[in-house]
Amino acid sequence: MSRVIIRNLNKRFDGVHAVKDVNLEIHDKEFVVLVGPSGCGKTTTLRMVAGLETITSGEILIGDRIVNELPPMDRDIAMVFQNYALYPHMSVYDNMAFGLKMRGFDRTEIASRVKAAAEILGIEEQLQRKPRQLSGGQRQRVALGRAIVRHPQVFLFDEPLSNLDAKLRIQMRVEIKKIHDRLGTTAIYVTHDQVEAMTLGDRVVVMKDGLVQQVGEPLELYNEPANRFVAGFIGSPAMNFATVEMADTDGALWARHEGIRLKLPAAIADRLRQHVGGKVTLGIRPEDLRVASGSDTADLSFDAVVEVIEKLGSQILLDVRVGPNMMVAAVEPTVKAKVHDRLRLALNPDRLYFFDRVSQAAI
Amino acid sequence: MIEGARWRRWVFFNLPLVLFVVGLLFPFYWMMVTTVRPDAELYRPWMAPNYTPFWTLNPTLDHIRYLLDETLFSRWMLNTFFISVLATVISLFCGLLAGYALSRLKFPFAGSLGTGIFITYLVPQTLLFIPLADIIRNFRLGDTPWALVLTYPTFLIPFCTWLLMGYFKAIPRELEECARIDGATRWQAMVYIVFPVAVPGILSAGIFAFTLSWNEFIYALVFLSSPEQKTVAVGITSELVRGDVFYWGSLMAGALLGSVPVALIYSFFVEYYVAGITGSVKG
Repeated sequence: MSRVIIRNLNKRFDGVHAVKDVNLEIHDKEFVVLVGPSGCGKTTTLRMVAGLETITSGEILIGDRIVNELPPMDRDIAMVFQNYALYPHMSVYDNMAFGLKMRGFDRTEIASRVKAAAEILGIEEQLQRKPRQLSGGQRQRVALGRAIVRHPQVFLFDEPLSNLDAKLRIQMRVEIKKIHDRLGTTAIYVTHDQVEAMTLGDRVVVMKDGLVQQVGEPLELYNEPANRFVAGFIGSPAMNFATVEMADTDGALWARHEGIRLKLPAAIADRLRQHVGGKVTLGIRPEDLRVASGSDTADLSFDAVVEVIEKLGSQILLDVRVGPNMMVAAVEPTVKAKVHDRLRLALNPDRLYFFDRVSQAAI
Repeated sequence: MIEGARWRRWVFFNLPLVLFVVGLLFPFYWMMVTTVRPDAELYRPWMAPNYTPFWTLNPTLDHIRYLLDETLFSRWMLNTFFISVLATVISLFCGLLAGYALSRLKFPFAGSLGTGIFITYLVPQTLLFIPLADIIRNFRLGDTPWALVLTYPTFLIPFCTWLLMGYFKAIPRELEECARIDGATRWQAMVYIVFPVAVPGILSAGIFAFTLSWNEFIYALVFLSSPEQKTVAVGITSELVRGDVFYWGSLMAGALLGSVPVALIYSFFVEYYVAGITGSVKG
């Protein structure tokens, strides 16, 4: 069993509370991604699991052992760093063999393990080269290989793809996923890129200011964000937000704001009735907006003025002005719109999100 | 590169370069010419019709022969070599450990300790030799090579520490962290990863330390007195200048031969040395 359990984990650096009461259970063979903006504590959490950072309070278990006081070498983990951290004076083979040599494996075992890892990663040809003779992608493969040969209990990845160009990043992302599927080693992966988090993670942990905001499967985070931060962070382009006033007219619940007047379906209305007379934050995903057709009711649509058009090919992003707010709508590529056009945008009433204005929690 | 008209290239690039190279190499040329110039030419007045200061038509090896046969020059070379190598090894060893600790370990007052070490480097030798002379006398080390082997590190260690500290800081921390996750202790990570990566820095610190010891004058002059104990720098100036008589030919021969080892070391390690000074480490 190579699960990782994090209990009430805290980290303070000279007055800064970087990680606050993090609780997390990572199951055997699971791929968990920690995601969040820079400074959210995700890398610090990972480094504490690795043993590179001391723990202020709390507990970390790898397997069934508490590892708080164990040095990194005794935790049976392997880590892939953002800048690859390949040993520049050693050949690729020696880079991959180093961890095994340090642990006293015999030569034949080392050779067979390195060969097997090199085959998985397609770097057999490069084994005798020095890291400086490799491209960025090859270096990252070597870094992965160095982790794989050790057969550790847990893989730790610290933004491993950040130094690669966009195309290579997508390619390596697929590769990491494949390797994980093949080896089934428990993995913790840190990134600030939500697309990477969504595509790689069995579960994703969203962090902000040292606090865990939500833990869940990728689609769960997308469809049921726990708060406004998660809603805005997950999904690209980001969710649109507008402050609306809740009003009860003739038994129906309305969300109103300059330029917006939406009649909420009964299913949602019950949850929001307590906010009548007050204000809440309305969230609409860009992909849930479409250009209204004749069949769309006026109660579930609003007028918008196009300000910027971004043609992405598979879809068009319209940056529109709705009253005082700017919103983004991801519409079909067939839509013909020009800057300054006035459009009517319709929305899907089942896919509206509401957040408390004070606590920011989803309603 | 200088762009634009051809004259600009000449005025701003080629000409200054030529002046620089000539200015740099002329003393060495003068040293060589004087070494092989016969005495008759050396002491010829400048207004004499056959006065040729920049070349000689009758080269001779007499001065070199005199230097090797009539003085203890080879003994001085050996002394200097012995002292410089030992002082360099001691200083490098201490500098490595101190530089590593100051750049990598977190401990109270690390920053002020680093500055403190640097300040000791700034104390001029002309001031420091007085208390050091007292210490050397108390330990009865006067007129032995150990007087220099043990005092040279007083300025070499701060120098090596500072140079290596900067170099260690340029090595990504992740390399070491990765090694520690890979199963190395801090000591192993230091020996197997950090030091090999720092070889250019270590070599340039070593070359500098060796050169500084080789050329050192004042401690050698004060702490050594008998001719057979002297170093090259002190030996040739004290034994080849007698009263107001300068044995110019042999003096220059000594200076020339004395600079050969340093020149050899520099040319041999020049690539590492440049990498060490520019401090480039790629992961």
